[in-house]
Amino acid sequence: MATPLISVQDLTVQFRTDEGLVTAVDGVNFEIGAGEVLGLVGESGSGKSVTAKSLMQLNGGNTLYGEESRIRFQDDENDIDVLSLRKPKDLVPVRGGLVSMIFQEPMASFAPAITIGDQMVEQLRLHTNMNKAEAKEHAIEMLAKVGISDAARRFGQYAFEFSGGMRQRAMIAMALSTQPKLLIADEPTTALDVTIQAQVLDLMRDLVAEFGMAILFITHDLGVIAQTADRVAVMYLGKTVETGTVHEVIRRPAHPYTSGLLNALPKLEALDEPLTAVPGDIPSPLDRPSGCVFHTRCPKVVPGICDSRMPTPTSLDGGQQAACFALEAGL
Amino acid sequence: MSERPHVSIQDLSVHYPLGRSLFTKALTVHAIDHVSLDIPRGSFFGLVGESGSGKTTLGRAILKAAPITDGHIAYVDGEVDYDVAGLSKTDLKDYRRRAQLIFQDPYAALSPRMTVRDIIAEPLEVMGLTTSRGETDERVREIAAKCRLNLEHLRRFPHAFSGGQRQRISIARALVCEPKFLVADESVAALDVSIQADILNLLKSLQRDLDITFLFISHDLSVVAHTCDHVAVMYLGSIVESAPTRELFRNPTHPYTKALLSAIPSLDPDDRGGRQRLEGEIPSPANIPPGCRFHTRCPVAEERCRSEEPAWREGSEEHFTACHLAWPD
Repeated sequence: MATPLISVQDLTVQFRTDEGLVTAVDGVNFEIGAGEVLGLVGESGSGKSVTAKSLMQLNGGNTLYGEESRIRFQDDENDIDVLSLRKPKDLVPVRGGLVSMIFQEPMASFAPAITIGDQMVEQLRLHTNMNKAEAKEHAIEMLAKVGISDAARRFGQYAFEFSGGMRQRAMIAMALSTQPKLLIADEPTTALDVTIQAQVLDLMRDLVAEFGMAILFITHDLGVIAQTADRVAVMYLGKTVETGTVHEVIRRPAHPYTSGLLNALPKLEALDEPLTAVPGDIPSPLDRPSGCVFHTRCPKVVPGICDSRMPTPTSLDGGQQAACFALEAGL
Repeated sequence: MSERPHVSIQDLSVHYPLGRSLFTKALTVHAIDHVSLDIPRGSFFGLVGESGSGKTTLGRAILKAAPITDGHIAYVDGEVDYDVAGLSKTDLKDYRRRAQLIFQDPYAALSPRMTVRDIIAEPLEVMGLTTSRGETDERVREIAAKCRLNLEHLRRFPHAFSGGQRQRISIARALVCEPKFLVADESVAALDVSIQADILNLLKSLQRDLDITFLFISHDLSVVAHTCDHVAVMYLGSIVESAPTRELFRNPTHPYTKALLSAIPSLDPDDRGGRQRLEGEIPSPANIPPGCRFHTRCPVAEERCRSEEPAWREGSEEHFTACHLAWPD
């Protein structure tokens, strides 16, 4: 495999809180190649957003990154070790330049009192050497490209004048206007209606084909993953429990948690099958289980093994990996 | 069917006036426009549609929590027979006990300063349904057990609970006064899939055990398909299609229903895109298109759709559609 665009090695993120040190991400590894879409799946509290924000050091001031943790960007022009950057000034080329992010709630991500156009121009002026007129022209072009009709008029409007789907389109236009190498999409369609979600997913697929950037796509919806991702990483309580291509993970889930998520999903093709929930709730990160983090909810738990030792990732055919003792034992 | 439906809605409209300024005409938001619907007793009735389709307003109108502009809602549960629009003060109190609501966001619906026991007991105390603290405790424990909360949970505050547990607390609170009719408004939308299945199974088993009629409001067709016996699809304040669940999913006849179905992301990675997409977004309810209200986004709209409002027709048993092109002769 060619040098990946971004490689995350042994990422550990902890937060200092009043209740003590909370581990949000624990030894996560992944790579994303140029033009590749990696889907990051997991429940709330699994650490997917914290992982994504680490790529731009966007976590709060109480964050502790692990000593051994490395996040490295490599392309023809850059070779950046993100976590070694200390000054906000040094992070400017990364934030919004090399890496852009679109968020779940587009209303909260636009400044309410500045027009959409001015926000797009500001970002372009910061990251490119366009002058104001060029930036405006480019911004309008981007708005038109994401399917906003009458883009020149929309350019002068405020976020509240846009509907939910349009805000998300504008958000995507803004994120892509600086031609980032990596786009982080954090639950970009969760707040949208299914009909609008389908439109936005189609749009993102087209834009990947056109711009060729890599995407880290975060969602809890495996259907959305199946529709967008090339490879998938499943996270649970700060650990990646399974990785592999989207076909492998969805058709042949190897980790009990991945199967649990798939079984819990209501399927239109099988209305008679009962829904099986993953039993119990995700434990608090303050009170992480010993051994395999999933053993408290796992249907295949083996007492004496799963609750005392940590499973290591086992490689399966085709590059799929899962961390489970049942696989290690060849069960 | 000889039995009267639990809730029978006839020609219901809910309109909100919008403020006018000096130079503009006064506008009216048509949140619900001439909706008629029967919810049979003991059913798990699904109501689906995009945001802005009026599904929440309909749920609220049935609970008399939204102003009814026009039309009738009859509530009949074997003990009482109410005309919801014209309830007297004393009847309304009784109605509030019989018809309850489970909210969408379990994080916002529970007071952070009350223990779980107090949250669940509050409806009993407010409505004066129990005479002693002992009796209240008894009822709270009973319903908490049904919602799989243990005694230990009752002493704690909501912040100590996860989303799924909180939703179980909201359900217990809604059920404690023994309602006969429950509106569950997007009750699983805020939950993770793994927890969502658990809450859906709980709602189903409670419905069977306690003999409650459910109105289940959701934007998620796959969830509705799995839980409801009968589904009505709403668009822009009116119902466009209504059928028993299986019939609706096997044989959708309204183009909007078809579009909603094809918009569900498929779990098959090889089945990407290429399907029929709905153009544009739902129009403003203050400015409803003439004729069929769906014609602006409809892929098969014809000339008459732009001017003529389609009639509500029964094509097969219990399967109704409001579309000129459905059920050709």
